[in-house]
Amino acid sequence: MNKRNEVLLQGNEACAMGALAAGMRFFAGYPITPSTEIAEFLAAELPKLNGTFIQMEDEISSMGAIIGASLAGTKSMTATSGPGFSLMQENIGFASMAEVPCVVVNVMRGGPSTGMPTRPSQGDVMQSRWGTHGDHPAIVLCPKSVLECYTLTVRAFNLAEKYRTPVIVLMDGIVGHMWENIEIPHTHEVIDRAKPTVPPEWYHPYEKLPAGNITPLAPFGQGYRYHVTGMVHDRSGFPTLDHGEVELCLKSITNKIKNNLHDIINIEEYLLKDADICVVAYGSVARSARSAVNIARKEGIKAGMLRPITLWPFPRFHLEGIANRVKTFVVPEMNLGQVYGEVLKSGPKKAVRVTRIDGELITPDQIVSKIQEVSS
Amino acid sequence: MMRTTEAIYKYLRPDKKFPHVWCPGCGIGIVMGALVRAIENTELTKDEIVLVSGIGCSGRISTYLDFNTLHTTHGRALTFATGIKLANPELTVITVMGDGDATAIGGNHLIHACRRNIDINSIIINNNIYGMTGGQYSPTTPMERKASTAKYGSIEKPFDICKLVESCGATFVARGTSFHAKMLDAIMLRALNHKGFSVVEAMSQCPVQYGRRNKLGTPMDMMQWFKDNSVSSPVFDKIPPDEVDEQFPVGVLVNKEDREYIDRYRDIVKKAGGEVH
Ligand SMILES: Cc1ncc(C[n+]2csc(CCOP(=O)(O)OP(=O)(O)O)c2C)c(N)n1
Ligand code: SF4
Ligand SMILES: [Mg+2]
Repeated sequence: MNKRNEVLLQGNEACAMGALAAGMRFFAGYPITPSTEIAEFLAAELPKLNGTFIQMEDEISSMGAIIGASLAGTKSMTATSGPGFSLMQENIGFASMAEVPCVVVNVMRGGPSTGMPTRPSQGDVMQSRWGTHGDHPAIVLCPKSVLECYTLTVRAFNLAEKYRTPVIVLMDGIVGHMWENIEIPHTHEVIDRAKPTVPPEWYHPYEKLPAGNITPLAPFGQGYRYHVTGMVHDRSGFPTLDHGEVELCLKSITNKIKNNLHDIINIEEYLLKDADICVVAYGSVARSARSAVNIARKEGIKAGMLRPITLWPFPRFHLEGIANRVKTFVVPEMNLGQVYGEVLKSGPKKAVRVTRIDGELITPDQIVSKIQEVSS
Repeated sequence: MMRTTEAIYKYLRPDKKFPHVWCPGCGIGIVMGALVRAIENTELTKDEIVLVSGIGCSGRISTYLDFNTLHTTHGRALTFATGIKLANPELTVITVMGDGDATAIGGNHLIHACRRNIDINSIIINNNIYGMTGGQYSPTTPMERKASTAKYGSIEKPFDICKLVESCGATFVARGTSFHAKMLDAIMLRALNHKGFSVVEAMSQCPVQYGRRNKLGTPMDMMQWFKDNSVSSPVFDKIPPDEVDEQFPVGVLVNKEDREYIDRYRDIVKKAGGEVH
């Protein structure tokens, strides 16, 4: 440690530390590269805090266990990578439907299938949005640095509690395995679970409150006996097929996110004010993109960058605003164009992609050449 | 024993939850009754009990009982239950699963919950079939029996659920049937009082999806079959194996002490220097 209180940390470790700082006291997981360090770190640290660490028999059970722990009132998390993330999908949908807060970390690796376990990728962008079946909400946060692995994990818990929903921290293998000196933030907002203010007889766990307020989730065992199911349910949690109740249930889980975009969406803008070219990049690729923008600027090209920190809900409105001003979007990503497709939806004059799926990072040079190409 | 009406008012959710989904003659209601009576004979309050169920006809039990109830995904009841129990060991956690739920899609979770010996009470309602989805064969469908996906008779050897969970480390294992309602009450009470992972296999008739297809007669005939073929476990053990035809043992089959998982986890907390509450 030096004077500025900096510590050298790995991204995965910083994520685990952020979770502890947010009050996470239950972790269930199954080992998989490149996320394993998160579990290993927590296996050591959680017992010191009288928290629970358990290595489950697979990722399906890990996801089930964290939902159970959350219903019992404990902030909970799991961490995995591609194949494990696929296995979690059914129960992620359960958490969305039953509105149970929890955090899922997916450190992306090359896919599909077993793919390239040790190579980074950004191939799970769409899976993090649409991996589970049916119309459902998704909040996905995407760090680019070790510091953000920490801060965004804290934020993930806050959003999970505030909106009663699973939140995904989508890291790539580079960010997860990167080491950086960071100064651990001493103060940060921690949102704890709200308690019901009404007596048990009046409590409906899925009551739709006015002004976008969300009904607090009473922990099991505290006098509020209610039912939780993955079936479409009424305000008291019991299955229903009444058209009105079905619509209310399904729309409200999505609308609670849609109506709070200003709170949930976070972006970073870099040199965009006068830009002709906007690079849209996220995760570790945003680091190369920033260098590329700097190089282009030195060559007199007016380039800038937009970085979605909240990847889902996608910052569509920000993009639409920029689409009016810039001539071209350049979208570098370690997949075949998953965010590129979202950029196209913002109605750009022109958008091009820089893709890479060979397990190597996208270099600033690669992005610079594309910027030069479109600016000439 | 408490009067039935009182029990109904105390434990069932009267408003909006009835009529229930079960077919006339189904055995699941009898198993649910046994569970309620067993609970009534403990000191537990409704607030202390979490009832976790899977998906299937059996899984619907959680809808009707007035506890903290959780209707999970197919096969995963034990995973959610594990999280609940670890997060709040004070709670009494009961899982109700079907035979398919517990031993097919959820088989992996079942064997590992046994191995951990975590203090969860599991009830597996074995009707030898996938009831809810229309009578497909399950891991407990006997050989040669017909199912909607075993048109020519099943060729798969069925699991003996009790032997399976015993070999995986469950410390309390018992079998009852919907015919032996009082025995089922007693078994469930003992399971609830047991510290460690307990499994009660409740054999239950599914006249609609299993009985009819296999010409097993009325629900009463199916229950009569349970009566005729069940043998109390000490007596069963004396029957020479080559004389066992369709008989099966009922009663408490395993009851042993072993350290429970959360107890052992407390050792870890101590070793790590944490404070054990
Ligand atoms: C992942 C998944 N696969 C399949 C199903 C469909 N499904 C619902 S219940 C069920 C089987 C139920 O059989 P069992 O567990 O024996 O319960 P029972 O209805 O007989 O009580 C199946 C296959 C599902 N809900 N989820
Ligand atoms: S299908 Fe079978 S198990 Fe399901 S409710 Fe009907 S009788 Fe009972
Ligand atoms: Mg069944």
